[in-house]
Order: sequence, then C-alpha cells, then structure tokens
Amino acid sequence: MDILNQLAESFFDWEAIGEVLPKMFAVGLPNTIVLAVVSGIIGTALGMLLALMGISRNAAARWIARIYTDILRGLPPVLTILVIGFGFGPVIRELTGSTSPYPMAIAALSLMSGAYIGEIFRSGIQSVDKGQLEATRALGFSYGSSMRLVVVPQGIRRVLPALVNQFIALIKESSLVFMLGLLATEREIFQIGKDAAANSGNLSPYVAAAIFYLALTIPLTHFVNWIDARMRSGRPEKKEPDEAAAVVGKGAQA
Amino acid sequence: MSEFASGTLTAKNIHLSFGSNHVLRGIDLHVEKGTTASVIGPSGSGKSTLLRVMNRLIEPDQGDILLDGRSVLKDNPDELRRRIGMVFQQFNLFPHKTVAENISLALRKLRGMSKEQAREEALAQLDLVGLKHKADSRPANLSGGQQQRVAIARALAMKPEVMFFDEATSALDPELVKGVLALMTDLAQGGMTMVVVTHEMGFSRNVSDIVTFMDAGVVVESGPPDQLFTNPQTERLQGFLSDVL
Repeated sequence: MDILNQLAESFFDWEAIGEVLPKMFAVGLPNTIVLAVVSGIIGTALGMLLALMGISRNAAARWIARIYTDILRGLPPVLTILVIGFGFGPVIRELTGSTSPYPMAIAALSLMSGAYIGEIFRSGIQSVDKGQLEATRALGFSYGSSMRLVVVPQGIRRVLPALVNQFIALIKESSLVFMLGLLATEREIFQIGKDAAANSGNLSPYVAAAIFYLALTIPLTHFVNWIDARMRSGRPEKKEPDEAAAVVGKGAQA
Repeated sequence: MSEFASGTLTAKNIHLSFGSNHVLRGIDLHVEKGTTASVIGPSGSGKSTLLRVMNRLIEPDQGDILLDGRSVLKDNPDELRRRIGMVFQQFNLFPHKTVAENISLALRKLRGMSKEQAREEALAQLDLVGLKHKADSRPANLSGGQQQRVAIARALAMKPEVMFFDEATSALDPELVKGVLALMTDLAQGGMTMVVVTHEMGFSRNVSDIVTFMDAGVVVESGPPDQLFTNPQTERLQGFLSDVL
C-alpha cells in the first residue's frame, strides 16, 4: 500500500491543488483562453486565405499555399514556437520596444493552426458538388461571387466539426508557449501548474492544470459530436408527399 | 402571344475539344424566338456540352453564338448567362438556403432588388410552379419533382430570353416526371424560347418545333418532329430510335 499512498500524495495532495487554484483562475485560465481564442481567430482567417489560394486558378497562389502548408504542418509545434519566438522576438523588441514574448507566442500558434485550418477549409470547399458552382454561374454570377455566396459557405458548414477539433488542439498546443519564458502575468494553465509543482516538489498542481484543460476541451468535444449529429440528421422538418406533382403549371392553377 | 421576352438563339459551327477528345465537331443550331428545340442522341454525344458552350459555361474553341442575330462571344459571359436560364439534371438547388432564398439570391445580388422585393418576386415565381407553400422549406425536404420545379422557378425569375433544360427529368422518379414535363410544356406554349436536351421522346415529339439528333459531336439529322420520328433519313437515327422507342 506504500506505493499507492505515495502516488496519492504525489498527485492528489489537495492542499497543493487548493493553493494553486486562485492563480489558475486569475492568471492561467484567462491567458490560455486569450492565447487559444486570439490565435484561433487569426488562424481561421489565415486558413481561409490559404484555402482560397489552394483552390485558386492562379498556379503561383496554389504553390505558395502548398509550400506554406507542407512546412508548417510538417514541423513539430515545439520547434515552430521556439524558432518563431526566439527568432522574431528580437526584431519585435527592436521595432516596438516590447520585451514580452506573448505576441510571438500568438503568432506562432496562429501560423501553425492556419496551416491546419487551411487544409480543413480546402477539403470542405472542394467537397461541394461542382453542380453548385455551375448552377450559380449559370444564373450570371462571376466565379468569385459564386464561390463567396454559394460554394464556400457550404464547404465551411461541412467541416465545422473538424474546425472545432482544431480549436481543441490549439488549446492543448498553447501549453507549449511556456518555453518562450513568459512574464509572471502572462503565464497560462500549464506553466502555472509547472511553477507550482517545482516550488512544492509535488506533482498535484499538474493534476489541477489537467482538470482545467479538460474543463475546456471536454465540452468542446461534445459540442463537436452535437454539431456532427445535427448535420447528419438535419433539422427535423415535416416532409409531405408530392401531392401536387401531377397538377402543376398555369393551366392547373386556374 | 408570348408571355416572355424571348430571343432567337443561333450556334454556328461550334467546335470544342478537351485535350485530344474532339467533343463538338462543327455544330449548327438555330432556335427561332418563341420556339422549342429538343436535342436528342445517345449518352456522350455532346448534347449537354453543347448547352454549356451556348451559355459560355465552357468557351468554344471555334464558332459563333448569336442572340437575336448579334454575336455574344465578346460580351461579358456573366451578363450573357443572366439572359439564358438553365435547368440541370441534378437540380443543383442551394441546400443551405430556403426555397425562397434560392430564387431571391440572384434577384438581390444581380438585379439589385431589395430583400422584400426579391422575396415577393420569388413567391410570385413559386406560385407559378405551384410551390408557394414551400417557400420556407429547405430543398432537402422537397421531392425531386418539387426541387426541379423550384429550379425552373429560380431560372425564370431572372426573366431569361432563352431557357436551357439539361435532361431535366432524368434524375426523377417516374411518377414525378409528368409534373415537370407539364410545366415545361406550359413554358413552351407560353412562347419561351427553349433548348431541351432530353431522353423523353414523347416530349420531344409532341412539344418541340424542331428536333436535332446528335451523335459523336455532330448533328446527324435535324427537322420537324414528325419528319424525324416517322421518317428518319439516316441509319444512325433509325438505330437510335429503335433502341429508345
């Protein structure tokens, strides 16, 4: 039973967990949310741009999108964050005088998620039946308007579950920005837990961090399942038999 | 008496290749204002492609397309397509919009109507095809026949001078074909200029003013339906008719 007691003490020291909670709520949670939401928004905009470039009729645009996506998706997130954070940090410091690595953390997360979200959007847009583009163009819409008004909205709808999954990944990946050495007020859930664990010599603050992450990610996972199910079955609507099929046209209306 | 501002459509010596595949090999087609031309022929003969070339969804390699005697190849193709309505085999309604929105989208964005105006016009068009009560449904909740009638209303709302039908009844269950054909017959009798690619030989024979038989990218025979169906001149048309009738 010694081992069990030892494990319980290492991971479920309620006192240690209690001590880290205020800081988790006041600093860690808001920072994680800001990192994830801001880079989620920038990443979505960047992803849409990459997707449109990826299906563009302009070969140069397609190539740029392809190369960007291949590189950013092919690198380990930890490497991207370090390279961008340490590589561009000094440039930003020179330009703005700010020493905070926070903007660089957001930039790195945005650039990475942009690559993934771009692929999600592209696959969604390309999965829309080509008859949709044809019908829109036949009405007299230009290629650009057809894409914007009819094709892209349908493509996005289809990939909403994948998009939310990407936001979940982003929440988790935001933990990696601790490597950039954030200021005390900028620390997110993981680093708050890590700091507290280092100070107390006990692993329970990590458990507290885990609970905070799960409180964010599990509802999102179920949200994905919900949209997925809803898109599969559609909104319920009564379907009537085609009672008027045989009696149409102006003659039949009189 | 015509209810429509119909136009005369002429295609002259249309050629089109996809790579080494010579799909259209010098097609001529003339559809007089207010008349219906049906185009029949085996699958892969280039009928549907011809429609897409005539409204410039696909640009021809060679030849000319005239609307009311004037070449339209130099015009903005988007503007040309506003003058030619098209109905597809697979309906191609916008599944994320309601039935009324399917019709009002182009009215608002291309005709500059206000939201209210466009909806009113959409409802009026739906009334003509007997589906006003479905205005706020989604296309997925309509039968195939109803969807195709909405697609026809969507095209008519743009007040086209010519209507194209690309095998408009081929994807329908047999019992729903009749309603769509009845609507097409109404349009033809109302004076709409129509080009109808079809496998419905009854419609072709009874409704069209001229029938064109295409095979392997050429017009093999063309003429009034009585002549073509009762007295086909070529072996190819004789063979085709004996296969389908």
